[in-house]
Amino acid sequence: MDSPSAASAGYGEAHVARGSISAGEVIASIGPLLALLVAGAFFASRSDRFLTGQNLSLVVQQSIVIGVMSIGQTLIILTAGIDLSCGAVMALSQIVMTRLAVVNGVHPVPAILLGMAAAVGFGLLNGVLSTRFGLPPFIVTLGTLNIAFAMTIIYSRQQTITNVPSSMTWLGNTFKVGTTAITYGSVLMFVLYVLMWFVMRETAFGRHVYAVGDNPEAARLSGISTNQLLIFVYSLAGLFYGIAALQSVGRTGVGDPNAGQTDNLASITAVVLGGTSLFGGRGKIMGTLLGVLIVGVFRNGLQLIGVESVYQVLVTGILVILAVVVDQYARRKQA
Amino acid sequence: MSRGRPTGRRRAFGLAWRWSAVLLAVAMLAPALVGLAQPAAAQDEIIVGLITKTETNPFFVKMKEGAQKAADAAGVKLLTGAGAFDADNAGQTTALENMVTAGAKGILITPGDTKAIVPAIQKARAAGVLVIALDTPTEPMDATDALFATDNFKAGRLIGEYAKVAMGDKAPVIATIDGSTGVSVSVLRHNGFLAGFGPAEAGGATPVATDSQFVPDSRVVCSQDADGDQAKSQTAMENCLQKNGDINLVYTINEPAARGAYTALKAAGKEKDVLIVSIDGGCTGVQAVKDGEIAATAQQYPLKMAELGVDAVVKYAKTGEKPSGYTDTGVNLITDKPMQGIESKDTTFGLANCWG
Repeated sequence: MDSPSAASAGYGEAHVARGSISAGEVIASIGPLLALLVAGAFFASRSDRFLTGQNLSLVVQQSIVIGVMSIGQTLIILTAGIDLSCGAVMALSQIVMTRLAVVNGVHPVPAILLGMAAAVGFGLLNGVLSTRFGLPPFIVTLGTLNIAFAMTIIYSRQQTITNVPSSMTWLGNTFKVGTTAITYGSVLMFVLYVLMWFVMRETAFGRHVYAVGDNPEAARLSGISTNQLLIFVYSLAGLFYGIAALQSVGRTGVGDPNAGQTDNLASITAVVLGGTSLFGGRGKIMGTLLGVLIVGVFRNGLQLIGVESVYQVLVTGILVILAVVVDQYARRKQA
Repeated sequence: MSRGRPTGRRRAFGLAWRWSAVLLAVAMLAPALVGLAQPAAAQDEIIVGLITKTETNPFFVKMKEGAQKAADAAGVKLLTGAGAFDADNAGQTTALENMVTAGAKGILITPGDTKAIVPAIQKARAAGVLVIALDTPTEPMDATDALFATDNFKAGRLIGEYAKVAMGDKAPVIATIDGSTGVSVSVLRHNGFLAGFGPAEAGGATPVATDSQFVPDSRVVCSQDADGDQAKSQTAMENCLQKNGDINLVYTINEPAARGAYTALKAAGKEKDVLIVSIDGGCTGVQAVKDGEIAATAQQYPLKMAELGVDAVVKYAKTGEKPSGYTDTGVNLITDKPMQGIESKDTTFGLANCWG
């Protein structure tokens, strides 16, 4: 079962060595899945429209923007950082893409790349400001949140960009599995999760991210250049926001200057629901995917059974508290 | 560091996650296959969807109330949804998709982003769902089957005409506290007000309903977007007074904005000398008219929009007949200081018919 390599001595497992296996740990790791399954079973029993391929495909489609964004957020939170700017950066990125293509007539491919470059640029800026200048990521990204938001409004002139070329909305196209239509964007999200799951688990970079989040000083002393790593993590997160921007364009078919305004908290919610600790160093990429899907399932399920959407917010709040309680419990058992 | 324990724990972790992965795969795939075979029950029940811009704005709370009342009366099921903020297109799109999946026969929507929502509406209509815009038209307007809304330009015109008479011979120095940039309702009300007020000199140009931006007017010395928010409007009015202390007429997009402006004017000791006119007809707004803070307001009827909408969906479900085009849901001028030649209703009527 276990990889026979020295992976278990890797940095990511350092904290694990402090105690024996506990109920808390188990709950922390299967809790999100349990929550998703219980929610799924509940909604299936209340609405016969819930457990259909079409509807589940829809839940995934509704989660792709937050889903991809939350990969970047997970990486940053694993380093004990936080990114409040992700939604605003995503919004700017999709406005850059669509405006270049529609208003300036730039070919879609360079337009998309430039839009993503804008997102990576903001990630880089976040990384440099929080490492080289030693500023807290919370404040840095609060600043870049406002800068990116303002730039989006200024650059878009508050106009929604329509008539986006079809090659830019390709991720919103579907293929059929049986009678269920699945978007390419959904597939892309799953592929990115699997990819990052592998990277975090099997590569030195992944282990280093855990190490820096767990104990930056120890990581530095063991030869990791933490500043470089953090700058890379923030930039990589920016790339994911850029991909999320393309997902958003694919899903909505427009460049929307008002997109993403609540996505920073939504992505942090997903990461926390997935069992990643806000103190850094502990968590799983796949947990975040579950967190994203939990929110999506509640939103969809409550809508289907005719419950007002404000209750979805209520349930999310309760689940977030539960997730943090479980995390703290697991942490204490370890100490 | 002991090697044994971490390995054991690691194995437990690995197991848990492998289990999770398997369960997830089963959970995602099995229903996809099984679900297809399931018949959709309760198909005879008529489902109506209502999607508002937000949950909290009293205007939409009233709209929901009206829809619920009409749904109960017709014995149909009402699903509701909303964006998280005023122009939350992603949130509205999600609600729209979920309602189509839920089997809604028709969906009533107050679009937050009038352009961005169009592709999602097209998809819903392609699936055979009747889509009616309430309160705010989409761009283009014919993206929905029908529009039930206040004539916002006319609402502006009513208070403009009133202000013209109320100002008498005083030379107007006007401030406008508007809504959000680029939002059509904000433009329609603003230009309607100017059209009702009339041109600066006889024979001058007047704005028309098709103007897509604020029409410049030399008498308007200060225009500020304040999102229809009371606190932001107060700040905006304070800044306008800094810019020009002679302001004697204030137009506001809605009553929260009017109350914000009034607070600023009162702090400056000018509330007696300045005429405030507004639009909306919410209960606190009409009360402010009664209290003399606002001179007059144009009242609109969200409850009626929702009732008409639900009835139209029920009719479509039963007969297949679709509504089309624009239905004006009416607007009345509410004031306790009626002016000669201007048709108006008093605040007793206003309070009896207000929302919020």
